[in-house]
Amino acid sequence: MAAGPYIEPNPPKDVAEGLRTAFADAGLIVEEFRGEITVVVPRERLVEVARHLRADRDCPFEMLTGCAGLHFLEGEFEHEVVYVLYSLSRNRRLTLLVRLKPGEGVASLTGVWPGANWPEREQYDLVGIRFEGHPDLRRIIMPEDYPDHPLRKDFDVEGGPVSLDGSGKPASPGWRDMEHA
Amino acid sequence: MTERQDLDAAPPGMGPERPQGEDALRGDQMVLNMGPSHPSTHGVLRLVVTLDGETVKAVKPYIGYLHRGMEKIAEGMTYTQFIPYTDRMDYLAPLSTNVGYVLAVEKLMEITAPPRARVIRVMCCELARISAHLLWLGTGALDLGAATVFFHTFRERETLYNIIESLTGGRLTTSYPRVGGLCRDMPDGWTRQVRAFVNGFPRVLDELDVLLTGNQIWLKRTQKVGVITAEDAVALGVTGPNLRGSGIAYDVRRTEPYLGYENYEFDVPVGEHGDVYDRYLVRFEEMRQSVRILDQALRNIPAGPINIDDPKVVLPPKDRVLQSMEELIQQFMIVTEGFRPPPGAVYHAIEAPKGELGFYIRSRGDKSPYRLHIRAPSFISLQAIEKMAVGGLVSDLIAIIASLDPVMGEVDR
Repeated sequence: MAAGPYIEPNPPKDVAEGLRTAFADAGLIVEEFRGEITVVVPRERLVEVARHLRADRDCPFEMLTGCAGLHFLEGEFEHEVVYVLYSLSRNRRLTLLVRLKPGEGVASLTGVWPGANWPEREQYDLVGIRFEGHPDLRRIIMPEDYPDHPLRKDFDVEGGPVSLDGSGKPASPGWRDMEHA
Repeated sequence: MTERQDLDAAPPGMGPERPQGEDALRGDQMVLNMGPSHPSTHGVLRLVVTLDGETVKAVKPYIGYLHRGMEKIAEGMTYTQFIPYTDRMDYLAPLSTNVGYVLAVEKLMEITAPPRARVIRVMCCELARISAHLLWLGTGALDLGAATVFFHTFRERETLYNIIESLTGGRLTTSYPRVGGLCRDMPDGWTRQVRAFVNGFPRVLDELDVLLTGNQIWLKRTQKVGVITAEDAVALGVTGPNLRGSGIAYDVRRTEPYLGYENYEFDVPVGEHGDVYDRYLVRFEEMRQSVRILDQALRNIPAGPINIDDPKVVLPPKDRVLQSMEELIQQFMIVTEGFRPPPGAVYHAIEAPKGELGFYIRSRGDKSPYRLHIRAPSFISLQAIEKMAVGGLVSDLIAIIASLDPVMGEVDR
């Protein structure tokens, strides 16, 4: 039962800078907000960057802490996927952000961090982001036959899910449509 | 009269043509559905287990039975209004979840709560940790047939709930912290209540220790059961006592201290083997360390305000609201409109009893978050169940679920 040492939290600015040098052609954007570093990665380079970070000799990011998906109704991009990475050995956090245009999916990171499995399934289920190459991309929270992705911004919070199969018919009646006998 | 069936004849596949002897015992696999309503699954976890005899060949967890759409709900209300929902996530340690959420909002708004509020919050977190670990210990032991432990732990939890009730007014649904501080100060005599608990609890822990730690039945049920290596646990993103049981001293209170945890002396216990027994030892020791932290906090409660001085964020005192126009407007605006954090995104993590509890908040400068993602430690830890259970016995699965200590309110959100 050993006591762990106190480690000073350190924003991984140099990691982000090193990443920008290693992927000079990728056009990575490094943003800082409240001491957190976010690297905006082009969709097609994500796995490459992730592998690089996982195997980085100076600061390997051994852990994928979490994955969050966002949906936008306006603007060029429909989705954003946020990955929070953590380096156990160097105690640093780094956030990766991928922006997706309508219809685009993103490569799954399960090959780099097996722990990406459930978090990616969750974002697929709730936000509707397709993770390409995911070994088991099924719904995880909602029922298997659920027709919608409830965390999308066009989800009708009051009237229940509306048609997604293109038939124009609601998948299930909302409370406003229900007739009171 | 209709012809009667020959009841003595063997049904198809069961007659003499069926493999006899040892061959009959091979190859047949059974699919067993466990849960979602099963006493050992601690809530509404459903496991579909493929068994060969008593050996577990595959485990498939199904979750979502307690899904209430909390992340979506958060998008439609003010930041303060969401605090009561965090009670219902890890309902075994609601104070800890409350604190985690307000800290994330405070990070977004660049607010630091006053020193007095920070110390009280630390005490809240540690009381919640002890309460959650006591429930884990009691029910975990009960699952494996040790019923006595359950009664001792629940007697102590009753004391803790009384302490929490005096502080917050609620036993389970606490909703105590606010962005910028706390909703009320400690009541008179509350520290005496906590002091009595801190002084008496180590003796109870010693009693519980004697019941299980050296108990032969307990050792046989938990040692070398549900093993997960440090590498696997890290790769799967497992945190908290489940990761520390495998020997990795990752504790957010240490690595990214919040609320002034760097000023408290405590050890981060780690295991060695990554089995059910080591996770038991780690949690058990964590309760002792929480008592240490509580003891230090009780000695150093600073005087002063419990809320920051920002009329745009913190509600004015009630007596002034009824007498002064400015304060009335202030109260009205905060309650109806809330406050608007600047646009941006933050991730803030705390060490909850189950592991790293993180809140990712994306703000667009509105009164409610554009997106609130909750990184629930139990959700991530449950991924590891397959690694731990496959190859073991079905009775070990019960011990493994208990040792993972999932709370479904947090898994499903």
